[in-house]
Amino acid sequence: MSVSSLAGGAQPTFAATPWRERAEEALIPPLVALLVALICGDLLILSYGQSPAAVYRLLLEGTWGNAYGFGQVLYKATTLAFTGLAVSFGLRAGLFNIGGESQLAAGGFAAALTGLALPLGTPLIIALILCMIAAGCAGGVVGAVPAYLKTRFGAHEVIVTIMLNFIVLALLNWFIAGHLHVPETLHTPEIHAGILPRLADINPRFHGSAANLALIVALIVASGVWFYLFRARGGYELRAVGLQPEAAEYGGISVGRVWMKALTLSGMIAGMGGINYVLGYKHYYEDGFASGAGFLGIAVALVGRNHPLGVLLAAFFFATLSQGGLAIHAFVPKQMMDVLQGVVIIAVATAVPEVRRVLRSARKRGDA
Amino acid sequence: MNPLSFLTQMIRIAIPYLFAASGGVVAERSGIVSLTLEGFMLSGAFGAVVGTHYSGSPWVGVLTGMFGGLVFALIHAITTIRYRADQVVVGVAINLLAIGVTRFFLKLFFASSSNSPRVAGFGGNIKAAGFDNPLLWLGLLSAPVVAFMIYRTPFGLRVRAAGEHPEAAESVGVSVERVRYLAVAISGILAGLGGVYLALDQHQFTDQMTAGRGFIAISAVIFGRWSPIRAAGACLLFAAAETLQIQLQGSHAIPSQFIEMIPYVLTIIALAGVVGRAVPPAALGKVED
Repeated sequence: MSVSSLAGGAQPTFAATPWRERAEEALIPPLVALLVALICGDLLILSYGQSPAAVYRLLLEGTWGNAYGFGQVLYKATTLAFTGLAVSFGLRAGLFNIGGESQLAAGGFAAALTGLALPLGTPLIIALILCMIAAGCAGGVVGAVPAYLKTRFGAHEVIVTIMLNFIVLALLNWFIAGHLHVPETLHTPEIHAGILPRLADINPRFHGSAANLALIVALIVASGVWFYLFRARGGYELRAVGLQPEAAEYGGISVGRVWMKALTLSGMIAGMGGINYVLGYKHYYEDGFASGAGFLGIAVALVGRNHPLGVLLAAFFFATLSQGGLAIHAFVPKQMMDVLQGVVIIAVATAVPEVRRVLRSARKRGDA
Repeated sequence: MNPLSFLTQMIRIAIPYLFAASGGVVAERSGIVSLTLEGFMLSGAFGAVVGTHYSGSPWVGVLTGMFGGLVFALIHAITTIRYRADQVVVGVAINLLAIGVTRFFLKLFFASSSNSPRVAGFGGNIKAAGFDNPLLWLGLLSAPVVAFMIYRTPFGLRVRAAGEHPEAAESVGVSVERVRYLAVAISGILAGLGGVYLALDQHQFTDQMTAGRGFIAISAVIFGRWSPIRAAGACLLFAAAETLQIQLQGSHAIPSQFIEMIPYVLTIIALAGVVGRAVPPAALGKVED
């Protein structure tokens, strides 16, 4: 299973392609996908006997049109930013991390355990850092397993990460259901330390929405990923391995070591996403809280073209879709958004190689 | 524990796996990654319930269920074969899309976000213990039929060639694209039948009713090292573990979560090559420009 077509983000070569051509290859596929999604959305809305224009207006009003809806979008975008960054980080090294789901859950679980273990009154910044380290380590361990099996035995990371999702989620379910839950529920007790302030505590207009300071952490992590990928030596090696493992090996880079590092860090990033729910929203770990955010991270990375800035925008877009579903539910079932998510992923995945081919042949004709 | 009731329950649990894994073997042997089985099964299950509900006949449901699997298989085939989209990405998306589409139309057709009304099914004689269901026999036959097709027919030879060495197949005039289209279509129909069995056996469709069975089927394909008969053996093994868990319920001998993990742990062990390395078809997932 080759992911080389996705590894380099927009461009197949390192830096030789001019800026404008790279931008075209990066931006056209998501725009095509958006158009396809709009058309599909129209059809679904019409099948329900409603007016597309009215429903789309409702969608915008319920998401970006008021502070509560916008806060909910930001909250959902935060988790997706973490899982999306995780997937894109792996893809830059040519590795497909489909384990975001279990890495996120393991991270949230570790954050909750740490928050429970810390004494009441631990200063927020210390508690936050400890919880994040715990969450990152838990996610990192889940990410390191497929990395090790790939470097040592050549086991394909796609299958191993999928299988690990089921194994880790079953283990966590066993921990929660069998040992740690508050009776009658499937969640842990509330944490004592590390509770993140919500945006509503700073600006009361966000009242009721779950958006919290994990958003800032996500932005910091995204900048860190950008710096590492494009300004640090390790990131250069990582991208080199992603584009051409054989050439990188020949150039003196240890491909196995880069794979280990890339998948472990990818797992850590996804794991840290667990703080958004655990420290910022519910203040406990609940079985199944990750549901779908790990898989959507793949969509976010794909639409964001594996660039941290693109990933943030894509996370915002998918969060809008999901929150928008709730806004239009009275007129069209929110399940419409589940359909559109799938459509967007398929459309981008299809448009990426096609747009590249069309642009290439157009340029060749232009040169000749 | 009654061995006969153990055996019959195990077979009933294994049928959806057998259908889906047989389909998965065909697609993967042709070089197309089958992470889509879950989605094919779900759309098959939904198609079966819609067809049975509106016609009153489960046979119509079988046809519409196969059609449901086929539609999603064609989406997968066109995007990955014609447009060379990444098979893993589209595979993940197909599964999400199947969940979304079935949810949306569940709401549209049956005004429910959780389940369809009750529909007719096959058999139902208590004494027969499910063995009066023709789909059960079809499921048991799926693996030997696929084995015959893969190893004993010209089409099977082409499928294997497309998956191992597509350039060589092209050089002797085989259209690799066409072989792969057919292989993916067959996998969609077979996995769809797995969903049909599931839905008609429970007499309704419920949201996400396949609950990871497509992934168990893909585990069986890998653990069975891409051979239809060995994959069927893996399906029976995984079903036996599940039956054991159900029959041991209440005794708390082993937590159920650990039984659930068995197929996935075995798959990882097989991939890591601890006992007889699982080596995929050489061209699996590769896209030639």
